[in-house]
Amino acid sequence: MEVTNGLNLKDTELRLGLPGAQEEQQLEVSCVRSNNKRKNNDSTEESAPPPAKTQIVGWPPVRSNRKNNNNKNVSYVKVSMDGAPYLRKIDLKMYKNYPELLKALENMFKFTVGEYSEREGYQGSGFVPTYEDKDGDWMLVGDVPWDMFSSSCQKLRIMKGSEAPTAL
Amino acid sequence: MGLRLPSKVLEHILSFIDSNEDRNSVSLVCKSWFETERKTRKRVFVGNCYAVSPAAVAKRFPEVRSLTLKGKPHFADYNLVPDGWGGYAWPWIEAMAAKCPSLEEIRLKRMVVTDECLEKIAASFKDFKVLVLTSCEGFSTDGIAAIAATCRNLRVLELRECIVEDLGGDWLSYFPETSTSLVSLDFSCLDSEVKISDLERLVSRSPNLKSLKLNPAVTLDGLVSLLRRAPQLTELGTGSFAAQLKPEAFSKLSEAFSNCKQLQSLSGLWDVLPEYLPALYSVCPGLTSLNLSYATVRMPDLVELLRRCSKLQKLWVMDLIEDKGLEAVASYCKELRELRVFPSAPDLDEANIPLTEQGLVFVSKGCRKLESVLYFCVQFTNAALLTIARKRPNLKCFRLCVIEPFAPDYKTNEPLDKGFKAIAEGCKDLRRLSVSGLLSDKAFKYIGKHAKKVRMLSIAFAGDSDLMLHHLLSGCESLKKLEIRDCPFGDTALLEHAAKLETMRSLWMSSCFVSFGACKLLSQKMPRLNVEVIDEHPPETRPESSPVERIYIYRTVAGPRMDTPEFVWTIHKNPEIGVSHLAIK
Repeated sequence: MEVTNGLNLKDTELRLGLPGAQEEQQLEVSCVRSNNKRKNNDSTEESAPPPAKTQIVGWPPVRSNRKNNNNKNVSYVKVSMDGAPYLRKIDLKMYKNYPELLKALENMFKFTVGEYSEREGYQGSGFVPTYEDKDGDWMLVGDVPWDMFSSSCQKLRIMKGSEAPTAL
Repeated sequence: MGLRLPSKVLEHILSFIDSNEDRNSVSLVCKSWFETERKTRKRVFVGNCYAVSPAAVAKRFPEVRSLTLKGKPHFADYNLVPDGWGGYAWPWIEAMAAKCPSLEEIRLKRMVVTDECLEKIAASFKDFKVLVLTSCEGFSTDGIAAIAATCRNLRVLELRECIVEDLGGDWLSYFPETSTSLVSLDFSCLDSEVKISDLERLVSRSPNLKSLKLNPAVTLDGLVSLLRRAPQLTELGTGSFAAQLKPEAFSKLSEAFSNCKQLQSLSGLWDVLPEYLPALYSVCPGLTSLNLSYATVRMPDLVELLRRCSKLQKLWVMDLIEDKGLEAVASYCKELRELRVFPSAPDLDEANIPLTEQGLVFVSKGCRKLESVLYFCVQFTNAALLTIARKRPNLKCFRLCVIEPFAPDYKTNEPLDKGFKAIAEGCKDLRRLSVSGLLSDKAFKYIGKHAKKVRMLSIAFAGDSDLMLHHLLSGCESLKKLEIRDCPFGDTALLEHAAKLETMRSLWMSSCFVSFGACKLLSQKMPRLNVEVIDEHPPETRPESSPVERIYIYRTVAGPRMDTPEFVWTIHKNPEIGVSHLAIK
């Protein structure tokens, strides 16, 4: 540190760059913490829940009254099925109850889901529909009332029966 | 010596001059022209409430009838300005009340307005006619009640996107039974339910009512009843459109709309159910303005509505319209002048709507009169920008928000420099520009050079270095407002072009690399600028070279402002601070 006559000239020097950055440093813009998650990585998503989304203050530049207006009539969620090569997306608002949703999933992925019971979950087919809720927890589809499910479901995953019991 | 016009003659001539820019020029000719002009100016516009003192304005323009003021910087809309920054209406109301009792119209934008202010307005201006508050806050429905109760000749009361302390719907009942002068009422931003019978009676006794914008608490039944009483409306903001559909209700609604033969503008439509849209079909052919930006309706239903709107000039919609929907707009809405497409799911992670740059390209190709664009899109291409610039050289306002910060042209992986160069070069009448996506310093060289008429420029997450700011401040001849966030430039360009800042209304920079030392130096060099450092941590306690969070610089003849909160630093707070020897190249 250059100190002349008690003055730390480096300290007051006008420079382009963050203070303390003596050598080339990757300058990170302050309010953006990198969120490396990109759309292209869909097909390689792991079963673990993704890291929490980072929010940039005031971005995108929409007024708060628009941000609060979350889609009431449109609600797309991603659907993955173990073993399927790529994910799909469905609009939860298109369905009014569980049977409709399950039927649509069965058609989309060409499988059948088993008999649902509160105690045993889905039995008989080897496929178990699960979903990630607002808290990031993975739940069994069908346990909560439809409205509660449709407003808290963030993602769907159809697990293959052999994995399901241990995973849940 | 020389010809001197008698002031009466000059007055008469000036009565034909409306534009404030022209009147400002007139006032510079000589003292007598200054005097005559100031005594006859009826409409005063102050773009920055801190640029001039209220007392000075009130004294200069004693005959003012209409006052328009703007307070907080534009980025306050996106929560970048901490609460308590300033922008208080009170000193202005007080000054006007004292000197200009003939004031009839007040329009405020981004200001803090208290109930006290509203009560003062009601009490001070006998012939008060127009109150328009846009993006204001600090008042409650009690203040509105005072205006309603006291201003006997009130014509316009509009609360546009204000944050109001809602104490209930009683305020509406304060309009006296004798009040029949209403022309426009907008309470769309209030939450509470108003008594529908009060509203019905008010509407019934207001034959001049042309514009009515309801809040979401007004039901469909309420809407039908109001439309029946005001078929002469030209502008309507509906209430909530989401009630359960009963066949009888639908036909009543349809009929009510079909009787509104003069309806030109439609908005509201919060969460409208698609089944209700056909009730609007009868008014579509006459619509010039349609705000569907709160209507969470999907593309096919939107298209079915829009294909009937052949006269549409202004369309605000969500990205649920998709590229396909915009293709339809391009083919049916040939009169379109303004398009705004808002994101339906603003969270970065939710990009799933099939809206791409192609949608805007369709509209640019098909709508020859298109001159104003606000478009939110996840990513963009240079090719699209080039096409848009080529097809629509008549663009006046181009605001593109590429939602993914630093997103390059997704087809070529290049920065969007070429695209914005084409826009700046091709659209010679461009007045307002917002850029986004991956941009290097080069982009700003082009913009600085070619965007000769741009008055307002917004930049986020762009540029490589100081050169970016240097290009902008050494070019952009008409630049009046510059707002920048999260760009990697610092002190040098800012200090080098300090003089330019006096030709502008204001400069906002947040999350850039401007140091506290530079702010102090700038404050000392330029006494006619207010340099505000807005930082939650007091900058005086940090090394001079450390970057500050936000800076707001504006020219002013009013001197330092006395109402700064703790987190706003200006040099006037500690003028004894010397600036250490700094070497500026």
